[in-house]
Amino acid sequence: MDGAGPTLAFWALSAVTLVAAGGVLVSRNLLHAVLFLILSFVGIAGFFLLLSAEFLAMAQVVIYVGAIAVLVLFAVLLTPAVGRDNGETRFIAPALLLSVALAAVFIFVIHDTTWNTVDEDPRATVESLGTALLGRWVLPFEIASVLLTAALVGAIMLVRSPEEEAEDGLA
Amino acid sequence: MSDLDIVGPQLAVLVAAAAVLLVDALIPQHRRIVPFVALAGLALSAAWTLSWVARDDYQTAFEGTLSLDKFSVFFYFLFAGITATVVLASIDWVNRAGRGQGEYYALVLTSCAGLMFLSASRDLITIYVALELSSIPQYILAGWGKDNRSSEAGLKYLLLGAVASSILLYGMALLYGLTGTTMLDGIADAIAADGESHRSLLVLASVLLIAGFGFKMAVVPFQMWVPDVYQGAPTPVAAYLSVGSKAAAFAVVLRIFFEALGEGFLSDDWSTVFAVLAAVSMTVGNVMAVVQTDIKRMLGYSSIAQAGNFMVGLAAISVSGEEFTLGASSVLVFLAAYAFTNLGAFIAVIAISQRIGSDQIKDYAGMWKRSPVLALALAFCLVSLTGIPPTAGFWAKMYIFNAGIRADLAWLVIIGVLNSVISGYYYLSVARQMFLGDAEGADRVRVSPSIGLSLGVATLGVLVFGILPTPLISAAKDAAEIFSRQ
Repeated sequence: MDGAGPTLAFWALSAVTLVAAGGVLVSRNLLHAVLFLILSFVGIAGFFLLLSAEFLAMAQVVIYVGAIAVLVLFAVLLTPAVGRDNGETRFIAPALLLSVALAAVFIFVIHDTTWNTVDEDPRATVESLGTALLGRWVLPFEIASVLLTAALVGAIMLVRSPEEEAEDGLA
Repeated sequence: MSDLDIVGPQLAVLVAAAAVLLVDALIPQHRRIVPFVALAGLALSAAWTLSWVARDDYQTAFEGTLSLDKFSVFFYFLFAGITATVVLASIDWVNRAGRGQGEYYALVLTSCAGLMFLSASRDLITIYVALELSSIPQYILAGWGKDNRSSEAGLKYLLLGAVASSILLYGMALLYGLTGTTMLDGIADAIAADGESHRSLLVLASVLLIAGFGFKMAVVPFQMWVPDVYQGAPTPVAAYLSVGSKAAAFAVVLRIFFEALGEGFLSDDWSTVFAVLAAVSMTVGNVMAVVQTDIKRMLGYSSIAQAGNFMVGLAAISVSGEEFTLGASSVLVFLAAYAFTNLGAFIAVIAISQRIGSDQIKDYAGMWKRSPVLALALAFCLVSLTGIPPTAGFWAKMYIFNAGIRADLAWLVIIGVLNSVISGYYYLSVARQMFLGDAEGADRVRVSPSIGLSLGVATLGVLVFGILPTPLISAAKDAAEIFSRQ
């Protein structure tokens, strides 16, 4: 990357993503936490754009910001019987200590390592992604589709009401 | 040879899963054949694997992401056997639950296919997806009972499993970031080339991988879910979790650590981690098991302690030269022996608690008078878990402790032997209750044919491998050969 633009964008995106992630933890209202989570997802989509992975950025927005966040919002809104607060816990102090220690370890290790960087333009087009998914990575791709089917079957079984099951038993 | 032929064993299981769903949906009047369709699929899978053994033509598929070798073949047979036994043991429970017959067996089979993929993958992406394929059906199955206990078990398992997965992914991402490849052999090459200058990162990645897989292996300190999930989940599912996902986690850990991270300077580091985890797991698991009054919880803690025993084999990598693979083969022997033994114990518990309606150990008093066969079978499996001859458990412990001694881990083996003594106390106190206690009910405890068959298979396995351990040990040695570095 050259020029001040990408560097500036990187730091701005980092600030947005991290502050939003912190907001998820700190905000007491569950709805606010979800909104912060969405902001954090958008920040990550920005990182993908910065790395010239446009397709990933779009997928991030469509799947995480679009589908998953909306699902979480619906889940919160449709379960009025449970509390909307983010839950107090006795473990705040140890958790804080642990995360600071972990962050220190990670920052040390990441600085200690010389990372390989790719020199040529790593632009991932939709075409190359598609070829990779149905070529070299076809096995994990197909396993993932079986996984989704199994998850779907399981989800249906878990949410069926007793009445529906009684009908099923008579059939 | 086509790639589809190589994934044949998994395909057979997945096709059976689809067939089970269709039979249940389209011809509900013949619902009773559903478990037998599942068994047929598993038999076909085992036959397909056998045909590969007969062809003796081991190779990789899908550009090296999947490897058909003696190691994966060993696990294909193990998983087909485990799943078939669990399917047999589930028939009564599922019939009584009276819902989702097809879906239950379909999820068990899908999970089995995931376990098979897991033992054969040589690429981090495939490993991750296969891990999820085996786990997600298990989360659902743990909550299958729908009562509070079972729902709690399912939710707990799902949430903690998701956390463990993300830790695992972090470790994989670090490895990929350093080496630029997700293939295990590529990672090994990159580490051999200039890994030593990146030691801190490799150690961190190893620790994250151990933490992620440690959840599935159920070793301390990643064991919190085990007793609650085993107690709350339907007993056949608990049996499946205690052997299936544990065996697969050890299989994949062997592959990743021995193949990709086996470089000398690195294995010194992680074998120490495994040795410490082994000692802690054995001790915590056994001490907690002593005070349990619920037999499923007790078996949960005992499975944590047993995972500690497996880890002795992982820690024994420092054996050099021709015996480099001794630790790996001892883990395989132990896994197979443990699978039969623990399945036998769980199936006996299913049969007994179905009749007496209780999982409390004190209610097992006098079981000898109510059902001599069940009491004998359970006692025999508990003896094998303790590691007393003439059972499979005895040879497994001998073999794994021998690997520990060869690797200069005498301190760990001493802890292991002391722990066997503790475990003998609580395993045998169940047996004492059954044989010497006074029966509360006088009625006989009867066993259905399917439970009887699965219990017979499991205990026969324990007995046969207890008397003739050589075939199992040589199969495990062959399987572990893939890790040899000459």
